[in-house]
Amino acid sequence: MAKIALDDDTAVVVIGSGAGGGTLSNELCQKGVKVVLLEAGNRESAESFQNDEWGSFGQISWLDKRTTSGSWRVSRDFSGLPAWICKTVGGSTTHWAGASLRIQEHEFKARTNYGDVAGVNLLDWPLTLKDLEPYYARAESKMGVTRTNGIPGLPGNNNFKVMYAGAKKLGYKDCHTGRMAINSRERDGRPHCRQLGFCFQGCKMDAKWSTMNAEIPKAEKTGNLDLRPGAQVLKIEHDKSGKVNAVVYVDSDGKKQRQKARVVCVAGNSIESPRLLLNSESSMYPDGLANSSGQVGRNYMRHMTGSVYATFDEPVHMWRGTTMAGIITDEARHDPSRGFVGGYEIETLSIGLPFMAAFLDPGGWGRDFCRAMDNYAYMAGMWLVGEDMPQENNRITVHATEKDQHGMPVPNVHFDDHPNDIAMREHAFGQGRAIYEAAGANHVYPVPPYPSTHNLGTCRMSAKAKDGVVNKNGQAHDISNLFISDGSQFTTGAAENPTLTIVTLAIRQADYIAEQMSAKAI
Amino acid sequence: MKQAAIKVDAPIAISRRHFLKTGSGVLVGTLAAGSGVLAALAPSRSWALTLSALNETEGGKLLKVTRGIFPHDTLDDAVYALVVKDLDAAAAKDASVATLLRDGFKQLDKLASGDWASLDYLARENIVIKMAGTDFFEKIRGTSVVSLYNNEMAWAHFGYEGASYEMGGYFDRGFQDLDWLPDPDAAASPAKA
Repeated sequence: MAKIALDDDTAVVVIGSGAGGGTLSNELCQKGVKVVLLEAGNRESAESFQNDEWGSFGQISWLDKRTTSGSWRVSRDFSGLPAWICKTVGGSTTHWAGASLRIQEHEFKARTNYGDVAGVNLLDWPLTLKDLEPYYARAESKMGVTRTNGIPGLPGNNNFKVMYAGAKKLGYKDCHTGRMAINSRERDGRPHCRQLGFCFQGCKMDAKWSTMNAEIPKAEKTGNLDLRPGAQVLKIEHDKSGKVNAVVYVDSDGKKQRQKARVVCVAGNSIESPRLLLNSESSMYPDGLANSSGQVGRNYMRHMTGSVYATFDEPVHMWRGTTMAGIITDEARHDPSRGFVGGYEIETLSIGLPFMAAFLDPGGWGRDFCRAMDNYAYMAGMWLVGEDMPQENNRITVHATEKDQHGMPVPNVHFDDHPNDIAMREHAFGQGRAIYEAAGANHVYPVPPYPSTHNLGTCRMSAKAKDGVVNKNGQAHDISNLFISDGSQFTTGAAENPTLTIVTLAIRQADYIAEQMSAKAI
Repeated sequence: MKQAAIKVDAPIAISRRHFLKTGSGVLVGTLAAGSGVLAALAPSRSWALTLSALNETEGGKLLKVTRGIFPHDTLDDAVYALVVKDLDAAAAKDASVATLLRDGFKQLDKLASGDWASLDYLARENIVIKMAGTDFFEKIRGTSVVSLYNNEMAWAHFGYEGASYEMGGYFDRGFQDLDWLPDPDAAASPAKA
């Protein structure tokens, strides 16, 4: 591993080691670019991950103070935990379930195709599916996505069998075990999945792709990566010309450090990235870095989500095997006759008994709650995930008075459901119920959203500088050597789980940064 | 704090991991006759919980309140005792928790117009329900959501199998053994490696 001096101003500094930052770092290192990768969390491994829901939650989750506001139910049920994302080397790729879906062509042109939705700040992406196809292909190959590159699908578990039976009875056409970044066969030095059932807890097999087990070790082998776990970034600094030139962080020993930088890439997830830009205000940038549009922190999206669990007369044992074991894609189309724009995916989901108690009916108790828990072994489950609408006032702000352990203002996450989100959730709950009733369910439990796992849009891409924060390369409109490299870039949310697209954009961005660096443009 | 051992209504079991040694202030019980699945986990049919802030009467009441909030009729008291254990620890650390619990017990007696704890199971539960939304109720509910369900005895009771890595996952242990629905076709669900 490289050791890059604090006063070395030739390196790219990447903040965050998840899907965006971890991938970008590796791609740059492979091209011979020196990278300092600052990760707030510790380094774990397959050995240290735990098959224990609460234990793992304490090990890898981002639990620093955050506040919430708005009408969304998460604010009531989990007021201090708006998002279920990670603070560890590999970021939330340690926790993700592995679903790897391309955004659909029409979704890149949401404004054009969905029209003028009231109260919504819709915009077309400055990129098309065609632009991204070669990069999607590279991402799928890198991640070993099943049903691409000749890789077989995963074998379906019991939870999938139930969903499949219901889907067929309902006439759904496209139901299978998904495109998953989980090895169905040994590949890329990682073994095949043994159906542990703890995908959310960090895969103890390393069968699931993460930046922790794939990108970062490869980057380290190049000798170009200086990974610093336990480094919480406080502020990005700039020179008199307005270009960013250094990053101030607290290191793993609690000491404040200042790393000089030629280029800074922010990939702290859609809550921390805008928080950092806002906390980096200066006399030149009084509203925070890269914020001449006023859009930093705005248009926060978290996907329309919900779950449906159902109990049956016979046992299911849904926890056995992959957490997200299959998908129905039929509802992912844009079809306004359903009463909403955009679409949603239906994906199996299983959580263990400890998390079921916490999430089945947050705040719940009593005989109905107990009846559901009593039938846990007879339960099947699915997650509903669809496109939510970007709204300007759904936003990350920095708190006026609350500070974190380093004295920096904490982020507040404000979210109001849009009527389109609510209509989509109602439709999805109805279809989920129908699927399970077709499979013989004796009781169906619609479950409200968990803390957000898909945090998107708060530094969005736009063709015009006034509409967003970054251009189609993730480069800040205002500052040419500042990049956003995570899901914050998303112009709209689309229906698909975002990780594949975040990785795809990072691969594309690495090409651009390397090219701009050799052209001495940045 | 005066503490002494008491018997609780329903007998219970404690796993090796959670076996709680006897002491001067204890909540004790005996494994129920029908608790075969828990008996397999327990080193002994008797269990005991050492209390540090609450006395045994209060510990017994707290267990009954917890049963009223989360009424799993066949779940052994031994599992509910783990909630008592965590709330007793919280009360030992923070006197306001002890006060909250004691005031709640008084309120229950008031609602029962007498000794709430001496009522039968369902009558107790119906009074506990009236406390919903109070800080007392929420403290016990919020603690229970983790303490009641995040332990090996509860997992055994509800049939959840917990950690699987050490046993090679479920790859050869039933991840696709559901046989009461037709198997998906091979294109949708390919054969395992």
